[in-house]
Amino acid sequence: MFEMCADPSTLEGLAWLACYLTNGKHFLFYQSFATVLGLLALAAPMALLMGFAGALAKRSRILGLRQLGQVYVAMVRGIPDIVFFLFVPLLIDQGIEIIRHYALCADTSAPIYQGNDFVVCQAAKMPLSSAEPWVHSLYGFFLALVAFSIVFGAFAANTLDGALSAVPASQLETARAYGMTPRQAFWRIQLPQMWGYALPGLANLWQILIKATPLLFLLGIEDIVYWARELGGAKGSRFDYPHPDWRIYYFGALLLFYMLMTWGSEKFFVRMQARLSVGQATLSGKGAGL
Amino acid sequence: MKKALMTALAAGLFTLPAMADTVRLGTEGAYPPYNFINDNGEVDGYEREVGDLLCEVAKLECTWVTNEWDSIIPNLVGGNYDTIIAGMSITAERDEVIDFTQAYLPPDPSFYVALAGTDPSVLTSGVIAAQTNTIQAGEVAKGSATLVEFASPDETVAAVKNGEADAVLADGAFLQDAVDASNGELVIIDKVLLGGGIGIGVRESDTELKGKLNAAIDTIKADGRLNTIIKKWFSEEQAVY
Repeated sequence: MFEMCADPSTLEGLAWLACYLTNGKHFLFYQSFATVLGLLALAAPMALLMGFAGALAKRSRILGLRQLGQVYVAMVRGIPDIVFFLFVPLLIDQGIEIIRHYALCADTSAPIYQGNDFVVCQAAKMPLSSAEPWVHSLYGFFLALVAFSIVFGAFAANTLDGALSAVPASQLETARAYGMTPRQAFWRIQLPQMWGYALPGLANLWQILIKATPLLFLLGIEDIVYWARELGGAKGSRFDYPHPDWRIYYFGALLLFYMLMTWGSEKFFVRMQARLSVGQATLSGKGAGL
Repeated sequence: MKKALMTALAAGLFTLPAMADTVRLGTEGAYPPYNFINDNGEVDGYEREVGDLLCEVAKLECTWVTNEWDSIIPNLVGGNYDTIIAGMSITAERDEVIDFTQAYLPPDPSFYVALAGTDPSVLTSGVIAAQTNTIQAGEVAKGSATLVEFASPDETVAAVKNGEADAVLADGAFLQDAVDASNGELVIIDKVLLGGGIGIGVRESDTELKGKLNAAIDTIKADGRLNTIIKKWFSEEQAVY
């Protein structure tokens, strides 16, 4: 980055550190923070959406839909997250490639599963082998995002379902008495009040989501944990910036990052809770806003 | 009209495979001097040079992909990349799952490395660190010493430095670097010759790529270019072709 960094072996002290912290590898490390924040920014609304759909399905008056919602929530909540994180991306990845294999390949006579090998033709690869590395990274990120949304969506579904049930029934009856249709009562009375009940559960889920982001590493995405381990490991004379085992500093930095993230979120949720409880006939509602 | 459209669409779909195929070379990126991520964040090392040269000789378009050692074979057979060039010794057990090209590096003696002053008896009665799923881990498991396995090569050396293990067994060239960098803290206490050389792993079904790579290895062995690269990255002791 700086001109003086051309020959790191001549540098010492702060200059060395400045060059070290701005080398290409560290930029990949800094970028990986954006990957994690991007995942959080996208996974949270997607999980909320999945959760909302799941909660509505669970409460549906149509039997099939209700069962679908129940199965979704029960299955995802009952199976260890890590199994799901390994299963979902693999399922989607191979599923897409199998479909593309039959749609795009000229010769589909050879079996896809040959012994240990999973073989699809070049054109069926997703993404194509010739695609740029960033396309492969983005695709991996997308698969991880879907896995996160499915898993956290199930938890959100349960939280939202509980919150919808927590809205006092008498209020809904009053709404009906005023002549609102069930649909109007839901959108005007039940849904706006539901958030106050849902927030503690959702806030909890958000914190768990933040803490679950290192699972990206498990999915082969080069996230902050990957780079911290890679950069922190002892580096010999083959490297421009040799150093002993510095993993403790790198993992320490991650610790700080996650602490700041969760601490900041906590503050945000406390304020949010105070706002949503104003005027509610609950303990926090009576305390706040007076 | 509809038929013409369908034909055009089908033609479009079926001409896709004619595109130049890119060979994705998988490596670990954590095992200097074999392969590592350099300070610019790129794959570097002996295998980077050999791989690039082989692709040039075989007229293949290649890109590099890094993958954890632990899942490097499953992801090859799953089709995430097409070769493993990651200091992988050719063994009968691995050969049951994947295929290997001929060796591109003669066996590199493995070293036992310990803290200076360690009694050599730890080799039979102590705790030895090795990376999971390596021939070195297999070797330790066969003996009477206790094996502790780690996911990455770095961690095996770190385990010796912090006293978790008495010694580490790994490829000589990798440990030589660690010993050199330790300012006398680490010493080599024994050497053993393991494995039948290092080959490129390919899917069993991928006989075409295997043939091309074998031919390319023949070429660079014959014209001495492979030896030049070996000498550049390894010590004097390393056998050449």
